[in-house]
Formats: sequence, C-alpha cells, structure tokens
Amino acid sequence: MGFYFAQLLTGLANASSLFLIACGLSIIFGVTRIVNFAHGSFYMVGAYLAYTLVTTLPAGIFGFWFSVIAAALIVGVVGLIIEVTILRRIYHAPELFQLVATFGVVLIFQDGVLAIWGAEDLLGPRAPGLDRAVRIMGEPIPEYDLALILIGPLVLAGIWLLFHRTRWGVLVRAATQDRDMVDALGVNQAWLFSGVFVLGAALAGLGGALQIPREAASLQMDLSVIGEAFVVVVIGGMGSVAGAFVAAVLISVLNAFAILIFPQISIVLPFVVMAVVLIVRPYGLFGKPGSEHGGAAEPEQPLRLMSSQGAMVLAALVFALALSPAVVSEFSSILLVDVMVATLFAVSLHFMMGLGGMVSFGHAAYFGVGAYAAAMTVSFLGFGMLPAMAAGPLAAAAAALFFGWFCVRLSGVYLAMLTLAAAQILWGVVFQWQDVTGGDDGILGVWPPEWASDDRVFFYVAFVACIGGIWLLRRVAHAPFGYGLRGIRDSELRAEALGMDVKLHQWMGFALAGAFAGLAGAVFAFSKGSVFPDALSIAQSVDGLMMVLLGGIHALAGPIFGAGVFVLIEDWVSRLDYWRFIFGAIILVVVLLAPDGVAGGVERLLRVLGLRRGDAA
Amino acid sequence: MMSVLEVRGLSKSFGGVEAVADVSFGLARGEFLALIGPNGAGKTTCFNMLNGYLGPDRGSVKLNGQELVGMRPRRIVRMGVGRTFQITLTFLSMTVRENVQMALIAHHRRLYDLWSRAAQMFVPEADALLDLVSMREQAGRPCSELAYGDLKRLELAIALAHEPVLLLMDEPTAGMAPSERVALMELTAGIVQERGVSVLFTEHDMDVVFAHAHRILVLNRGRLIAEGTGTEIRENALVQEVYLGGGTVFAREGDDA
Repeated sequence: MGFYFAQLLTGLANASSLFLIACGLSIIFGVTRIVNFAHGSFYMVGAYLAYTLVTTLPAGIFGFWFSVIAAALIVGVVGLIIEVTILRRIYHAPELFQLVATFGVVLIFQDGVLAIWGAEDLLGPRAPGLDRAVRIMGEPIPEYDLALILIGPLVLAGIWLLFHRTRWGVLVRAATQDRDMVDALGVNQAWLFSGVFVLGAALAGLGGALQIPREAASLQMDLSVIGEAFVVVVIGGMGSVAGAFVAAVLISVLNAFAILIFPQISIVLPFVVMAVVLIVRPYGLFGKPGSEHGGAAEPEQPLRLMSSQGAMVLAALVFALALSPAVVSEFSSILLVDVMVATLFAVSLHFMMGLGGMVSFGHAAYFGVGAYAAAMTVSFLGFGMLPAMAAGPLAAAAAALFFGWFCVRLSGVYLAMLTLAAAQILWGVVFQWQDVTGGDDGILGVWPPEWASDDRVFFYVAFVACIGGIWLLRRVAHAPFGYGLRGIRDSELRAEALGMDVKLHQWMGFALAGAFAGLAGAVFAFSKGSVFPDALSIAQSVDGLMMVLLGGIHALAGPIFGAGVFVLIEDWVSRLDYWRFIFGAIILVVVLLAPDGVAGGVERLLRVLGLRRGDAA
Repeated sequence: MMSVLEVRGLSKSFGGVEAVADVSFGLARGEFLALIGPNGAGKTTCFNMLNGYLGPDRGSVKLNGQELVGMRPRRIVRMGVGRTFQITLTFLSMTVRENVQMALIAHHRRLYDLWSRAAQMFVPEADALLDLVSMREQAGRPCSELAYGDLKRLELAIALAHEPVLLLMDEPTAGMAPSERVALMELTAGIVQERGVSVLFTEHDMDVVFAHAHRILVLNRGRLIAEGTGTEIRENALVQEVYLGGGTVFAREGDDA
C-alpha cells in the first residue's frame, strides 16, 4: 500500500513540473495562437541557467531559490527578445507559419546551449534544506518531491489570481476568447502579446530550473519535453490553465502506475490518453469550440492551370533532372534522390494541409509505415523491390484510413495533435515490437535488386515513383476531388449545402495523402537500404511541416520549393560545426524576409522585376 | 393545387423556450412565399428544421409527399431543396465560375473524380447560370474580391445549379443597398416563374416582401399568427400590433429568444 502511495506522490511531483511547462504553452497559444515549438528550449535554458547560478552563488537555501527564480526571470527576458524581434513581425502570416520561426529558435538554442555549457549532462546539487527523504507509510519520499507537489498548485493559484484579480489578467482572458474584440476596444495588442509570451517563457524557465535537483540538464531536454507538454495542453483544452493542471496530473499519475504493469508503455501512454480524450471530447477537457484555430487567414488566390511558358520551364527542369545522372557525380545523384523523396513527402503533406486545411503534425507516420511495409515485404515475404514499392503506399493508406477516421472528426490544432498522437503510437509500436520490426536496430538489407543496384539506375526508379507521385497529386489537386477538399477548407457549411459528404471527402483526402507519403517512404527505404524507427519520428514529421510552411502553404509549388531548399541547405550546413545554429538562423531570415513562404517570396520578386503580370482579370 | 412542401405541427424548444410551436403550412409549386416576423420569432429555427440542420421535437416536413425529418442536410439537398445563406457563403479561394462549377460537379456526382480538370468541367452550364444572374462578366474573378451584392447573386446561381424544386432563402437581401434589394428580388421572382421553382424566404424589408411575395406567413414567438396575401396581412390587427406595438407586447410578456 505504502509503495503505491509513494508511486502516487512521484506522479504528482512529475505533474507539477509538467504543469509549469504546459501552462505557459497553453497561455501563449490561447492569446497569440502561436504553437510555440521553442517552449522546450525555454525549459532547457532555464535548467542550464539555474545550474550555473546555483553552482556559482554561495550554497544555501537563499542561494538555491534565488537562482531558480533568477533563471526563470532571465528566460522571461529571452522570451521577450524573441517575441519583439521575431514573432511580432509575423503575427499576420498564414496560420501556423509562426511555428517555423519557433522551430528556427529551437535549432539556434540547441547549438547556443552546446556552445555555452558543453555537451556533457550537468547534474545540479540537491536543494539545500530539502535534500533528504522522509518516510511516508514506510516508503522513502524525497523532500524535494513534496516541495514540487506544493509548488504546482501554488503556481496555479498565482496564475488564477493574476488572471482574475488584475486588469492585465482580465485582458489576457478576454484575448483568449476573442482577440479581435480586445483589439477593437483599444488594447495595445503588441504589448499584451509580449507580456503573455514573457509569462509563458518564464514559467517554462521555472519548470526547467526546478528540475535540476531531480534530473541532469541535458541537450535533449527541449525536444523530450515538448511532445508531452503539447499533449497536456491539448488534453486540458488549448488556452485553459486549469485544464493544463488537471491534464498534467492525469498523465503523470496514470504514467506512474502504468509503468508498474507494462513498463514499455510510458513512451506512448500520454499520446494514447490524448487520443482517447480527443475522440470523446474534441476540444479537450476544458476547451471550448472555436479554440482550435489560429488567426483568420487571408483568402487564398484561385488555382490556375500553368501558363504555357511556366509549363515549358517546368518541363525543362524535369528534363534536366532526368538527365542529371549523366552529368553529376554519384554522390549528388544520391542527394537528388533524397530531394525527390522529401519533395513527394512534402507535397503529400501539403495536399492535406494546404488544400484540405487539415494540419498534420504526424505525417511521418505514413512515411514510416510505407518504409517499413516495403522493407518487411522484402525481408519477410521475400518479394522484390517493385511489389514492395506497391506495398508501401497500400499499407500507408490502410494506416491513414484507420487513424484518419478519427482525425477528420476534429479540426485545427486538435486535429493536428491527434495526428501527432497517431504517429507517436505507431512509433512506439515499431520501437517496442522488436520481433517484427527489429526495434531500435531497424530492418537492414533492404537493397534494390541487381538490375537497379547501380545508383544511377536507382535514380530513375526513384524519379519515376517520386516525380510520378508529385504529378499525380497535382492532377488530383486540379480535379473535382481536390477542388472539393479546398471547398471544404473554405467553408464546410457551403460544401454541405452543395450536398457534399464533408467528413467522407476529408477522410479520403487524408488517406490519399497518407498513401503518397507511404510511396515516398518506400523509395526512401530502398535508397538507404534500411529502415529505422526514426522514419516515423516527430523529427521527420516536423521536417515535412517545415518544408511545407517554409515553401509557402498557399501555393501548389510551395512544398516543391520548400523541400528542395530544406534538403539542400540541410545537406550543405550539416557538414559544418554548429550547423543547427546556422540552419536555424537561415530559417529565421527566410521567415522574416518571406512571411508567405519561399513560393510567395519568389512570386513577389518576379512581380517586382516585372516578369509576372499582376492579377489577371 | 398540390403542395410541393407540406409542413405539419413543426415544434422545437431550446431549454424552456418554445422557439417554434406547432407551425403548419403548405407551399404550392411556383409559389413565392414569405415568412416574416420580428427578431426572435423563430424564422431561422424554422428554416434550420426544413433544411435538416436541426431536428424538430415534433412535426413533419414533406417534400412532394416524402418525409424530410430525420434526413441529413446533404440528403435534403439531393432531394432538391436548395438554400442561400443570410450571410453569403462561397468558396473564397475559387473564382466565380468555379463556385458554380463546384455546385454542378456536386449535382452531377462527380466529386470523387480524381482525373478531370475541374476548371474545364460544365463550363457552358456554369456560364448559362451566371448569365441568368448577370454575373457572366465576372466569371473569372476570385470570389474573395466580389462586392456583397454580387456574392448574393452568385449564391443564387449556385443554388440553382442543383435544379432545386424548392429554394429556401434566409434573408436574401440582408446587408444589401435598397436599390440592389429590389433588383435581386425581381431577378429571383423572374427565375421562380420561369423555372417553376417554389421559394420560401424570410425577410425584414417589408417593401421587398409586399412587392414580391405571393403569400405571407407571419411568425411571432414561435407561432404562426397570420397567413394571407399582402393586403390581408397589412390589414391584420394582430400583425399590426406585433410590428407596431411591439414595445408594449414585449414589455408585458418579457423578452423571448
């Protein structure tokens, strides 16, 4: 009995740290509608800063708590700088574009922390005065855990007072409900947003600083915490602080007991809980309808068929690509396969995100399922490459049909999060199910057959699959089915009034996007000769998102630009020291110069140069 | 005359408020029927039950003898009930013509076509519909840059693409300039006559109602209080009280939903 109580207390202590990170994220989203990927970075920086302060300042109770609070405040200032210099400039960019900027910040912080604090994990000292364990029902409980259990509700109470007893807090709550109304009332939105961002960042910094006696500060802290923090925010309801608290307790306590029964479950448990909650309550526990969307987007320009000039340029480019193996080195030819695979992946994501308005944070799931299905068709069933390349998209479509059925019932950020949950659950299955998937060791020896083993020959196999896939998706985008998806995105009510089955249409769109991601995955498997769980990871999903958003979500050519730019720059900078910093900085520059993505930027450049007419009547 | 639409005993309550109570009426083929009433009379609730967005608590809605209650909105559309919205809803990322083409594509059940080029489908049909509402010159413009009155006319063309037998128009002239209102309703009346479509519309502008409606239903506090031609309604004492003496009525009985 005592053991279970101890387990419960551990769960509650974890819940407090999780709550501190998640509530800041939730407040920031509620007001600014920014999905802040950099929130984990604030948490990490808070931990490192606290470590430095605690070890530099004279030891003692005062020194420790001063360090914790100072670290949180410094992180708040860092948040202010980021908000004022970067985010403030792009509030009016298309929905979710800010996510790209925060991703750039994540990369810069990773290398910044590496440069300042080094690669080694840093374990802070125990908290003075709280460094022992007390026995509760016979079990030793660290005093510090008990302190954390108190701190969580204290912070919750503090935020509640701030939001209900101060004018500023009332404005924050008002802006969470309707920021345009608050703007219309003459409130200076810019400073309200800055204030909220600072508060959120400081809370994340506090969460990180409080962790140092429990866990070493490491360079992986940022991304390991961000997934779980998002889950908590979504379960609680975007923008709801009380919801974040309840969700943090729910997740942490469930986790504390679940690992006793089934230790492997802890990686996927939060995502399973999130999936269940979202299926039952589409806006989270405390969320309200309407909380799921970002700022209102500018209406998109109609699609136009390509002009004959444009078609000729494109044909020339594709032709040049087709001839490239004869000219470029073998190494570049492999790189070009990477670009084609990434482009097909990005185009398939854009198909559901840009045309369908269904944002996915977990598109890698279908890429990975395609890759694994192809690899397993070869290694278990002994089939050749071509059947395997057909199995990839089919398996991915099946997975997308299954998960999509649940996802299309939600919208906005909630839909995005359910796709993330689906991807994480699949990733967990692949990672744990060693006998079938090889777990962490992956599946090796997935090479093309003899006739295609030459890199140049395989280039053409990839060329046909990827360029063919991209062409097919474009064709569908211009077909009634693609128009229907776009129509549903523009106005569901109008689509229904035309007699369209909105959910069925979206479901089929989801599955089609999944199938083509699976095709990209199958080509990927053969180009690398192996598959690892990474293929389904959040990182892979985020790469896809970056390509689509960076390229420009409002243009069909967007993902093509985005993927090309992304893979080529990544390939180039990843050979350098501190490449993440450089890559992050490049992303920020692109974001600030072209808030409508590369495709939008190129279009504007062409217009400025007089190479393209304005809007045709 | 055989009714296209037969509504019997339609009722709906929200909490304790009877938004629509025991409403019955018929609509003949080719008839232009107005449903009027003060704010909160239950017009929109009534509409939403006719087109399937709300399930009534009681009552039946029959289209040419077939029961519509319990059907999903999209099934009702397929049965031949078109609608226009109080605040126009169009696909903003498409051109004017493409909006009509989408309606035609949906009507001809080609939505799952993955191959044809949508922009090249049903062009003559779409242009004919745009001609009907005098929007042909604007066919290539993006919907997002149209003036509001033009959007209203486009919505009419979209609704007609389904060859409806019944058209439900929720405040067709709301938000338009007075001169445009008359023009739009004249246009609608002409189309109704020519195509034999029946129209049920709600409207606040009495000039529009009295000028065009063949028959008028007056709804107040969820109940039908009068029914008749323009002259009959004008002279109805109860209607006059509701519209002109509304202040005292509300003061005595409290506000309704």
